[in-house]
Amino acid sequence: MSDLLSVRDLRIGATIFPPGEDPQDIEIVHGVSFDLQRGKVLGLIGESGAGKSTIGLAALAYGRGGVRITGGQVMLDGEDILKLNKKGIRSIRGARVCYVAQSAAASFNPAHKLGDQVIEGALEHGLMTREEAVERANYLFDILGLPDPQNFGDRYPHQVSGGQLQRAMTAMALCPKPELIVFDEPTTALDVTTQIDVLAAIKNAIDKTGTAALYITHDLAVVAQISDDIMVLRNGDTVEYGPVAQIIENPRQDYTKALVNVRQTKLAEARDQSDALLKVENISAAYGNGVQVLHDVSLHVPRGQTLAVVGESGSGKSTLARVITGLLPPFEGKVTFGDDELSAEQKHRSRDQLRRIQLIYQMADTAMNPRQTVGQIIGRPLQFYFGVRGAQRKAKVIELLDEIEMGETFYDRYPAELSGGQKQRVAIARALAAKPELILCDEPTSALDPLVAEGILDLLMRLQKNYQVSYLFITHDIAIVRAIADSVAVMLQGKLVDFGPRSEVLNPPFDDYTDLLLKSVPEMELGWLEKVLATRKMESAGH
Amino acid sequence: MANPLAGVHAARHRLKESHPLTLLIVERLALSVLLLWAVSVLIFAGVEALPGDFAQTYLGQSATPQAIANIRADLGLDRPITTRYFEWLGGVVQGDFGNSWASGAPVSEQITKRLGNSLFLAFFAAAISVPLAVGLGMVAVHYRNRIPDRIINILSLAAISLPEFFIGYLLIVFFAVQLGVATFPSTVYDGMSWSERISAITLPTATLVLVVLAHMMRMTRAAIISVMSSAYMETAELKGLGAFKAIVKHAAPNAIAPIVNVVALNLAYLVVGVVVVEVVFVYPGMGQYMVDAVTVRDMPVVQACGLIFAAVYILLNMVADIVAIVANPRLRHPR
Repeated sequence: MSDLLSVRDLRIGATIFPPGEDPQDIEIVHGVSFDLQRGKVLGLIGESGAGKSTIGLAALAYGRGGVRITGGQVMLDGEDILKLNKKGIRSIRGARVCYVAQSAAASFNPAHKLGDQVIEGALEHGLMTREEAVERANYLFDILGLPDPQNFGDRYPHQVSGGQLQRAMTAMALCPKPELIVFDEPTTALDVTTQIDVLAAIKNAIDKTGTAALYITHDLAVVAQISDDIMVLRNGDTVEYGPVAQIIENPRQDYTKALVNVRQTKLAEARDQSDALLKVENISAAYGNGVQVLHDVSLHVPRGQTLAVVGESGSGKSTLARVITGLLPPFEGKVTFGDDELSAEQKHRSRDQLRRIQLIYQMADTAMNPRQTVGQIIGRPLQFYFGVRGAQRKAKVIELLDEIEMGETFYDRYPAELSGGQKQRVAIARALAAKPELILCDEPTSALDPLVAEGILDLLMRLQKNYQVSYLFITHDIAIVRAIADSVAVMLQGKLVDFGPRSEVLNPPFDDYTDLLLKSVPEMELGWLEKVLATRKMESAGH
Repeated sequence: MANPLAGVHAARHRLKESHPLTLLIVERLALSVLLLWAVSVLIFAGVEALPGDFAQTYLGQSATPQAIANIRADLGLDRPITTRYFEWLGGVVQGDFGNSWASGAPVSEQITKRLGNSLFLAFFAAAISVPLAVGLGMVAVHYRNRIPDRIINILSLAAISLPEFFIGYLLIVFFAVQLGVATFPSTVYDGMSWSERISAITLPTATLVLVVLAHMMRMTRAAIISVMSSAYMETAELKGLGAFKAIVKHAAPNAIAPIVNVVALNLAYLVVGVVVVEVVFVYPGMGQYMVDAVTVRDMPVVQACGLIFAAVYILLNMVADIVAIVANPRLRHPR
């Protein structure tokens, strides 16, 4: 069988503008080659900056922003599309090769109906008549499992959910019957229970239409379910390239092995969980618009241990953190810390009470003043809570920098000069500077690449051991819960559905929702998706 | 404890659920009426606070205290300000702006004609400038940072930087005096033929177009560029749509709201801000009428002109608001 897509020695460059220096041309993809046959799926996997999206877009001869293809060949069915003129490239995009973006919510035009956008490519290229296109769109809506497929196209993007939009975008890519689709992290922005539906829909659609696909993701477990081959990328170079079974079961490179073995259990669960540091009792809270987001939530964080709060977006887990910090006074219930009942409002809490609870956010970027150096950022709580100044303060900051494995050289750097993981470490040092007893961690690793996140989790666990600090760890990632939690709270639509020691919550007998949540997390195992779907089918047939 | 507003709130809430668009538009309308009333108070108070006195100006040298008092009594100026305000407001609501102090003729009659002239001028200026500005804005985006974009930018900046009276005089010198192809002065009167009218307003229309074009063009350009950087424009490009088609079909609908806003501001300017242009071109519109009235302290005329200008301004901005609301698919099609 001949190759549909054959990429040879692909080189991609970009112009960067370092502050205070002349613009520089850099190479971000250094000679990558691969082949893809008709109807097959190749997974491109790697961390951010690995060049996987850039390579994917090269299959459409497209460079985002200042990115441009500087060398190599992209042969589509024997023809080098990099040599085509503008018109030739346009005739391929949206006809023979289609693209599914990570954020369907941003990628649909809010001003037009979904149906019109889905069929637009097919009509633009004159591939079918309007009636044929509408009929095909409705068929695709149906096989992608969208509700009321005959009328789905009449809706506007804001009228459907994120998971539905992602499926609609897949329908949009499939509509012109392309030979190749580039999926760019199509499930990354979704909740796990939604992700599995979308994943299944995509797999089903690929099987039924026989289109080939490049599937880009940072999640090896996801790509293992859908690909025939996998290419592992790092910093624009190929690390390993082979059939999916070999990569998952028998990885050859150290980097691939690290990816496969990410997030093993780090910690045995604490036996005694009765010594409550923070107690939340019967909390109900609502936002100003009258929408109630927390319903009678009660839980506690044991001293020196980790409570993981899991749930999907909108489940109220971040709101719970806001209530504990006093940013959102609840209308019912109370928060007790140690022996004190905390005032509902932050402004009525004493400085010492504030000191004992610190926060780490998902976006370290936005939680730091970009005009302050690392030294100033970490030094601020030292001065605020303990009145430490001058040389003493600097010494203390450097001690903290050593603690987070960064060291003195970072003292005068600005946040913009740090990587994502380093920023999160600085945020941890800043929280630690206040000598807190409890740190609220709001998804601190979900914006990071798996191996970097791993490092942050290790750091947090080490700090807990050394300083007996407690964590309330908000996450949507069950793998993290398995790795670090002593106790687990599961939230759904503002209600606590399950709470207890990890071994009880994550083992049978399950609460229904917890069960669904656990079963939806992709496992690094071939055929996992089919197995889950088969179980589901049996269950629904049984009912 | 029944809250008298509770019923209103409940009704508002029900309406918000069933017809969010209707509710928003009704709210905008109510707000506009309220605003217009506030403006009427401001105008009346402002005119009252103006230095100078009609009787004094009217009588000139022969102003004896007795004569001034007589005139003031004739005009009813000796009565309390609140009484006069409500009398005036009552008339205004029925379309009666009182009589001019200078001529004694009803203000409404005079103003209708003058307003008609001003609107005539504004209409042609708008009909030319709005499509031209939006079109040039799109062309500028298409050739972004290339020669056509730069030329459009420089010319429009030059036009916006020159004061309108200067542009006016330049046009007169060039087209009326040197080339002799345009009519000046631009005075129009009853019994003029259509072609004569059009020829008379050519120069003032051109001046107005030049003045408002740049602002609208630049806002159109900025609005479309901000839309162009969004992910759905990338989607359009990756569907293989041509650049111009993508702009017209995908960028334009999302750029409507900001563009309509700036268009409305400029349309309002075409009616309200024409004072200078009308004076330069000796065009018998509202602007000149108001300027004349101010010189002789003919307060009913000043008040009427002020209020009509305010009404036009509020009305156009309200229309812009409503268009922006209607253009928003989230409000047009609730979940």
